[in-house]
Amino acid sequence: MMMSILFHILLLLLMPPLLLGVINKTKAAFAGRLGAPYFQPYYDLAKLFRKGSVFSSTTTWIFRAGPVVTLAATLVAALLVPLGNHPAIISFNGDMILFAYLFGLARFFTTSAALDTGSPFEGMGAAREVTFACLVEPTLFFILITLARMSKSLSLTPMLIYPSPAVWQDAGAAMLLLVGALFVALLAENCRIPFDDPNTHLELTMIHEVMVLDHSGPAFGLILYGAALKLFVLGAVFVNLALPFKSGNLLIDWIAFVAAMLLLAVLIGVVESVMARLRLIRIPQLLVAATILSAFAMLLIVR
Amino acid sequence: MVFVWNIDVDPVGSLLWAITLIGLSGLPGLLLKRPGPGQILSVGITACAALWGMVGALRILGGAPATRYQLDWPLPFGPCELSVDPLSALFLLPLLLAALCCSLYGLAYLPAASQPAVEKRVTLFSGLLLASMALVLVARHGVLLLVAWEIMALSSWLLLMTDQQSLQVQRAGTVYLLATHTGTMALFVLFSLVKGETGSFAFPPAHSLALGATVTLVMLVAALIGFGAKAGIMPLHIWLPGAHANAPSHVSALMSGIMLKVGIYGIIRTVSFFQQLPVWFGWLLLLLGAVSAITGIALASAQRDLKRLLACSSIENIGIICIGLGMALVGLQSGNRVLAVLGLAGACIHIINHALFKPLLFLGSGAIIHATGTRQIDRMGGLSRVLPRTAPLFLVGSLAICGLPPLNGFVGELFLYFGAFSDGMLAELPVIGFVAPILALVGGLAVITFVKLYGAIFLGVARDPAIKQGHEAPLAMLLPMGLLAGLCLLAGIGAPLLLQLVAPVVIQYAGVSPLLFTQIAGAVPLQQIALVNGLLLAGILVVWLIWCFLVQRAPVAASSTWGCGYLAPTPRMQYTGSAFSELVTGLISGLVGSQGRVSGLSGAFPASTRFVTVTTERILDQMIIPSLRGVDWCLAWLRHLQHGHLHLYILYIFATLFVLMVWSQP
Repeated sequence: MMMSILFHILLLLLMPPLLLGVINKTKAAFAGRLGAPYFQPYYDLAKLFRKGSVFSSTTTWIFRAGPVVTLAATLVAALLVPLGNHPAIISFNGDMILFAYLFGLARFFTTSAALDTGSPFEGMGAAREVTFACLVEPTLFFILITLARMSKSLSLTPMLIYPSPAVWQDAGAAMLLLVGALFVALLAENCRIPFDDPNTHLELTMIHEVMVLDHSGPAFGLILYGAALKLFVLGAVFVNLALPFKSGNLLIDWIAFVAAMLLLAVLIGVVESVMARLRLIRIPQLLVAATILSAFAMLLIVR
Repeated sequence: MVFVWNIDVDPVGSLLWAITLIGLSGLPGLLLKRPGPGQILSVGITACAALWGMVGALRILGGAPATRYQLDWPLPFGPCELSVDPLSALFLLPLLLAALCCSLYGLAYLPAASQPAVEKRVTLFSGLLLASMALVLVARHGVLLLVAWEIMALSSWLLLMTDQQSLQVQRAGTVYLLATHTGTMALFVLFSLVKGETGSFAFPPAHSLALGATVTLVMLVAALIGFGAKAGIMPLHIWLPGAHANAPSHVSALMSGIMLKVGIYGIIRTVSFFQQLPVWFGWLLLLLGAVSAITGIALASAQRDLKRLLACSSIENIGIICIGLGMALVGLQSGNRVLAVLGLAGACIHIINHALFKPLLFLGSGAIIHATGTRQIDRMGGLSRVLPRTAPLFLVGSLAICGLPPLNGFVGELFLYFGAFSDGMLAELPVIGFVAPILALVGGLAVITFVKLYGAIFLGVARDPAIKQGHEAPLAMLLPMGLLAGLCLLAGIGAPLLLQLVAPVVIQYAGVSPLLFTQIAGAVPLQQIALVNGLLLAGILVVWLIWCFLVQRAPVAASSTWGCGYLAPTPRMQYTGSAFSELVTGLISGLVGSQGRVSGLSGAFPASTRFVTVTTERILDQMIIPSLRGVDWCLAWLRHLQHGHLHLYILYIFATLFVLMVWSQP
């Protein structure tokens, strides 16, 4: 048991950058390239942590606090999520509300740090980030309340461990809608295609990448790591819903979870390879559609 | 006039004394010729009385008996009763705290030395406003409440008109006066019906009225219009943004933080008269709350005026409180105690919280206006260098009002989320469950609004070189802000204390035993949240230390902001507040519009020109004012009655009384 918790924390801390590596490898494979090694994001982080920093003279302590608070809030949120069949490190009734609000806190500081630079690009990115995140928020809560109703519990761990093949058989339509809405929320929250393109920094349609243009060295490293961690955390939520595989055996469950996460990374890579980014004005429409899908899921459960 | 006082100092007595002292605190200044001492004296009296009163209010909330006092005067409507029960004390506590903070703040914000004429008036009417609001809370008699209500309305109007030369202020004042008196008319209906049904203007005992469906309907609707107009519930909110924006900042803090809550108090008090409420009322309140919350914050996100933005966000917070009250009433009517306790606790906690962070933000806006001389967000920028102490205090207020952990705003919303989730989990038809996504949307919009507010004002560099870059606020202004910010932090980290404060009110009005209350409210994991909050702060510290270690290992350089290769950036190129909220404003264009006007662009080589954008409020500008114009057109002939001859006005009064006398004869 002790070993399992230790492995849980290590996985939480060490695995996130690997997801980025797998996504990039998948995209390279689609493009017919060899691609960067799977562990490239780790090398990038190690390099960034050793680099010097440049601070704009317009910035204040908010700019420095941005990456720090964002990473800390994401780390605490990560402790509230169960990984596969393994309960979260911290679990209590109502933790899902805190989970959502911790991301709100992170967003407040990331966007404030962007505004602190005084750059029009970063202001643009910050405005888009808060607006799209605001539209994702109701989707997330519709999903949570539907799960609460299905599992008759108010905590993330029982809620997310609840889905099983039997549940999928019983309430397949609702689960399908939930998974669809959650996948949209996952892509939007993590600024992936079709909402944002993590590869191009300087296009005016960028969201996340343009917000962190001015961060350099270790601060940028923290941001990259925090973004990977957020992908990992929301990915874990998604994997629990979409692939409800449970054996009861500790080791098999861990292997299944890791495999499922890698599969999710491949899926994101495929989506990024076959889709183009949406036009900016289409994004709110897609996000509202996802909210309505999740509301439908709730209606199906209530009926 | 004979006052019958008890001799021993019980908490109610001390509160009544405190209220009287605060009400009279502006008088000595009127008698003194030299400006200055009067203001200091008034601040001293107000501060001492407020502290003394707060002790009394805390004792009432701690379970001291609610002594009843009789104001035995030979007036036609009979003797009036005054008392302070836990409900009154819950509202009196933030009122007295605001009295303390705002009067101290006024000492530096409107110093007698530089503005002698204005200062006397503001000091006098601030005291009167505070005392009349408190009187509304302690009155147990319809007519006395109306008298206090009218003093409150007029003194706040006079305060709002401080800068009476400005056209904007005059317009806001007129709208306010009209709105508040429309509300008062509804209250006349309410209390006349109370008199008609019970035979006296005195408040009926709690849960004693069992009336016919029609009378109940009229009374509840009258209370909702009368008190709701003061609280700023959505279709009745039209006066609010203008009034709160144009008053002096510490008066805005009182109006927004406290006066709106007096309206909420009225609704709760009226509801408590009835033995059995109709089912629709809870749902109506819930619906109005949801509409107010969403549209209020949507309006706020589009504002360009610092104080208008804060005022619109008050509509949102009143909406959140109404959601809680509606949830509690629906729970009470359907016998769902869990929903009743969680809704009422959430509403009460949010009442206290809003009375902490909203005055903090308004006082902060005063410091900003003090330094820059403008309220236009789009012209500011980089003020955290000019106001290094105000900036972090304002940040605390902004985080708290967004409901982000570890600050206090999160606690009240947590209770409402719990109510929504428990309903969504168990109810046959989980309509209240929809409150959760609504609150989430409101929270998301609040983050947009306050990132914009904080970012555009304090971060970046100054956008308009024409506005002055003043200096940090003096200590008398910083101290009240620091106190409020500290309380926001304390209430966020020590959330169980907040719950303890509202427990007596919730136990009484949700109709549960203390044991059941502990059971239901205990299910909300305040301790665990506190633990995670501690973990969050520790996490921030650890990451900060790691970051500091990494940064100092390698060279650090300072440079200008990376402009993607563009070498001549100017401050004007920064994203403004309006630009920041433009995306979301586009999504809510039904509510609030933004009109751009280019003037004088003609010819093949146009000369330099101006581009002006104005934010228009659709509800006031395009619905209410045109409909009022229609009314005006229909009733134009009545204007002949208003000619300004005083003696004829007195004749009207005489004639009315005469007709009434003849009419009332059997």
